[in-house]
Amino acid sequence: MGELRQISIFAENKPGRLEKVTRVLADAAINILAVSISSSGDFGVIKFIVDRPDSALEILKANGFTVSLNPVLAIELVDKPGGLHSVAEVLFRHSINIENAHVFVEGNRDKAYLIVEVQDLEEAKKRLAGEAVKFY
Amino acid sequence: MFWNEELETISPVNLRELQLKRLRETLGRVYFNVPFYHNRFQALDIKPDSIKSVSDISRLPFTIREDILNNYPFGLLAVTRDEMVRVHTSSGTTGKPKAIFFTKNDIDRAADLIARCLVMTGMRKYDVLQNMMTYGLFTGALVMHYGAEKVGVLIVPAGPGNTERQIMLMKDFHTTALHITPSYALYLADYINARGIDPKQDLFIKRAYLGAEPYSEQTRKKIEELLGIEVYNSYGLSEMNGPGVAFECEYKSGMHLWEDNFIAEIIDPDTGEVLPEGTNGELVLTTLQREGMPLIRYRTRDITRFIPGHCPCGRTHRRIDRIFGRSDDMFIVKGVNIFPQQIENVLMATKGVGQNYQIVLDSLDQLTVRVEIARDLFDGNVSHLVNIQNSIVEALKREILVKPKVELLEPGTLPISEGKSKRVIDNRTL
Repeated sequence: MGELRQISIFAENKPGRLEKVTRVLADAAINILAVSISSSGDFGVIKFIVDRPDSALEILKANGFTVSLNPVLAIELVDKPGGLHSVAEVLFRHSINIENAHVFVEGNRDKAYLIVEVQDLEEAKKRLAGEAVKFY
Repeated sequence: MFWNEELETISPVNLRELQLKRLRETLGRVYFNVPFYHNRFQALDIKPDSIKSVSDISRLPFTIREDILNNYPFGLLAVTRDEMVRVHTSSGTTGKPKAIFFTKNDIDRAADLIARCLVMTGMRKYDVLQNMMTYGLFTGALVMHYGAEKVGVLIVPAGPGNTERQIMLMKDFHTTALHITPSYALYLADYINARGIDPKQDLFIKRAYLGAEPYSEQTRKKIEELLGIEVYNSYGLSEMNGPGVAFECEYKSGMHLWEDNFIAEIIDPDTGEVLPEGTNGELVLTTLQREGMPLIRYRTRDITRFIPGHCPCGRTHRRIDRIFGRSDDMFIVKGVNIFPQQIENVLMATKGVGQNYQIVLDSLDQLTVRVEIARDLFDGNVSHLVNIQNSIVEALKREILVKPKVELLEPGTLPISEGKSKRVIDNRTL
């Protein structure tokens, strides 16, 4: 089972925050592969999958951002009707609750993954071990 | 160890005797040399020798801030202007400041009290003190400077600001002690940690003296943990020498107020009545050793209490508690009296909260607390942040009885103060 790591950045909910973050990444020639934003009233968290997560972490920190780099569950999505459903069905069967999710398409555009944030990553991996789903 | 063992451990009986002697001398000086006091005492038919005991002091009228302002600049001098060698002013926010004049002896005595404070917290002549208070009209830096020189420590007169350079000085000169405001200390600790500097490995700091603004016990603990040092409270005000009026000893349970130099009373701020020992009230101070500008029963507006009982360090000078608040700082929301320190206490005890915060008042019933989150506790999870936000709201509500609005901010968003910080932004037009 592979491991995909996601960058999270704390952001106050005000204009220009995403622009600032992405500018820092662009200047460092870091490629953004997927993005998701979850917000709660006055603040939110911007999440990225990038090609060079360790450099991104370092550069964002150096620019004063509040950042964290965490492993996430990435499950392959089959490109046909019912593709997402079959993944959702497996998660449901194992009572794995999704806190946050978004889709990430790999660089060569061959495969897409559902990025799932769960309460307990290790526990989720254990429960899904015998299933016919593919991971990143 | 003591700087002046005889006076620091003087017996209570002898201390009262010394206080009475010095009080009567002081009253004599102001009665004959300061028209303001002469007129006041005469109006009440009080002469210096009407005071037979220290407790008779309660018969004397108070001196308030406005009295100093109204007599600005030279009206309260008890000796001629050419005896003065220095003037300090308070941080007046509007209009004229309060001007306090010092003779050569006044400077020397203020320095001597600082020397007591430093030695009792373990400072010796081989120590290095980085003085990060503002040098200038403000008393904080210069009074400490002169006291530290007396002890013989090496002083790095850095002043506040330019944090990168401060750290360089600490490393290069092997700084062992800091004199700093609480808000700048928090910022400095965060700065050092964010840059991966290990204070225990890379720096030599053993202790820090915090003063000039009220702060909470939780803030002290936070700074001690972040920097791995001992933090001592210092109390003073520019009207009374500045720092060194009262100071913590090694036991850090209250600040010894140097009663051979000041008579301290705790009064009910509304009625002016002297309160029994142990009760919270406004601290009132009378100078006993000052030549240039003695002040009688000066109302500090600081809320504290005497801590009953003896201190194991052996000093007989009574201890005052950490300043609960400056009565000027208190604000009212939904009819409830609130001190900023109550809010700070809650914030600094909450995990996930960073170094800086701000209290914003927009109306009579709305209180907003803006809090920077802790960089190292951020894990990318929105629901964890929501939990932090909710727990702050609940904890504040328990403490101040008003439900505030809490905003979480990115670290570094709020203005950093390198001198005295402004925690409360009052946008109300009353």
